[in-house]
Amino acid sequence: MLSLENISMTFNPGTVNQKTALNKVSLEVADGDFITIIGSNGAGKSTLFNAICGSFYVDEGKITLDGQDITFLPEYRRARYIGHLFQDPMKGTAPNMTIEENLAVAYLRASKGGIGFLSRVSKKEKEQFRERLKELDMGLEDRMKQPVGLLSGGQRQALTLLMATLVTPKLLLLDEHTAALDPGAAEKVLKLTERITAERHITCLMVTHNMQQALALGNRTLMMDAGEIVFDVQGEERAGMSVGDLLEKFRDKANKALDNDRILLSTVEGQR
Amino acid sequence: MFITWSIIQSALELGIIYGLVALALFLSYSMLNVCDLSTDGCYTLGCAVGSVVALAGHPVLAIPAAMLAGALSGFVTALLQTKFGVESLLAGIIVNTGLYTVNICIMGKSNLSMNSTVTVFTVAKDLLAGTIFADYYKLIVGLLFLVAVLVLLLLFLGTRLGLSIRATGSNPAMVRSSSINPGRMVIIGLCISNAITALSGCLIGEYNKSCDINMGSGMVTIALASLIIGETVFRARSIPGRAIAVVCGSCIYRVVVAIALRFDLPASALKLVSAIIVAVAISAPQIVKLLDFQQKKFAARGQRFYRMLAVAFGALTVGGVVLALLFAQMRALMLMLAVLCLIGGAWAAVKDRKAASVC
Repeated sequence: MLSLENISMTFNPGTVNQKTALNKVSLEVADGDFITIIGSNGAGKSTLFNAICGSFYVDEGKITLDGQDITFLPEYRRARYIGHLFQDPMKGTAPNMTIEENLAVAYLRASKGGIGFLSRVSKKEKEQFRERLKELDMGLEDRMKQPVGLLSGGQRQALTLLMATLVTPKLLLLDEHTAALDPGAAEKVLKLTERITAERHITCLMVTHNMQQALALGNRTLMMDAGEIVFDVQGEERAGMSVGDLLEKFRDKANKALDNDRILLSTVEGQR
Repeated sequence: MFITWSIIQSALELGIIYGLVALALFLSYSMLNVCDLSTDGCYTLGCAVGSVVALAGHPVLAIPAAMLAGALSGFVTALLQTKFGVESLLAGIIVNTGLYTVNICIMGKSNLSMNSTVTVFTVAKDLLAGTIFADYYKLIVGLLFLVAVLVLLLLFLGTRLGLSIRATGSNPAMVRSSSINPGRMVIIGLCISNAITALSGCLIGEYNKSCDINMGSGMVTIALASLIIGETVFRARSIPGRAIAVVCGSCIYRVVVAIALRFDLPASALKLVSAIIVAVAISAPQIVKLLDFQQKKFAARGQRFYRMLAVAFGALTVGGVVLALLFAQMRALMLMLAVLCLIGGAWAAVKDRKAASVC
């Protein structure tokens, strides 16, 4: 459903800061896949996501989504099919607008021909927003008239997740979207993510620094290093893997130890 | 009588018409988070186009013509900052500079007089002649335009498009991920706000029966001052409340100007006051933080910082008044600075009382 063919991206070409962030990456994502992605610092995970969602146009290669070539489609046009969540919970919402208004703006993704831009948000839609907010189980449905800036990080991230899936996207990109939250909130948002993606049948790519999570969630795991996908595992082989196997595999493929400080920290914590 | 109703009335008339520029900035500055520095030129553009069309014998057509010209100017400003990567402040300055020449070209010379020209005001005057509203025709025309713009603007901000424009000012990334082109929102927003600015220029031209190439100078600061006065005095929360507050801010500003003029202050002195109002209002949170920190430091030594500040402001006030009495040339400036110092001193005294009651 998503297919990347040899996409490459080099930042600051021809300068001392030249960096090949993506090096002929190819990837086939099947419909309904939930793929977790891990990798060392600067491996190109976020760059891969930015290439898919269109923050920049790739230097080479082709990106197709559901048979449609989106290589040169601007970011805001791709956003109709692709939801994107970041680590920073502030990024996905407008702080000085109310929860209801934020949802109304997110709902515009459905607007292709359907909703007039000069119409107002209807009662029925507001009711629908309230129902969806209830599903978050955070009491936000009673605070719809409050500015989003008053919410906690976890609440904002949960709201962002809801906004990204309010109109069901074809693809959801999660870039360590629980990393900045406290453990309780992180777990809650993760649970919500699992439930929403399963219920709405959303194909999902998720970057994580938690090795356990990378294996426990989803049906496929990718490892990236130096702008390349060095390891791709699914099915039986993945089911039998432990965190240790994963680290071993990485050392094997990338010819070095995994140097993502956050991964290592969380792995140590996990083993303790 | 020192302040007569007719003085207040003309202040209100001006406040209402200039209030349109404040409303335009409410859209571009408060909602869209773009400080549109082409406001000065666009205001003059509206007046120039309106005057030329009115002089040609089409007083009603002058209004849409001016608004269209304003929208076009806003389109250029917005295009520069969204498509061509010009810094938004710089885009405004560039367009503002270019508009000077455009305005001269439209007017043909640097000053137009419309003493015997038919305008919307003279039309209203003729219509209302003999009725009880005869004396208020300028106020009525101004109010009609203001109410129309206010209602349309508020209706617009409540639509999905209006919401998207507000969201663009708050978080462009979020707008993009909602599949909306934030650049397009900036373009639409600036076209509308500049059309309103030009409308104001057109009405002021017809009101004063003249159009001068320099009439717009400092307009952006004055409008920002009105906007800030309105938002701080009324502290409205809802969008309609804030929009009305902004217009009221413009009226307050004009009443203050009228009073100042009664003190024989030159109108030119007011630009400095507007500049100080805007500078102080925008930097206020930071100033308060700095001063509170000083208070803490002084309190640790057993001194009262705010009391000292109040005394210093008091001394400055007295000094200003003395200078004003001694030197006629600087009288206007000194008196105004003295008034500002008095306000600052009073504020510091209040802070001192509060700080003392906490201890």
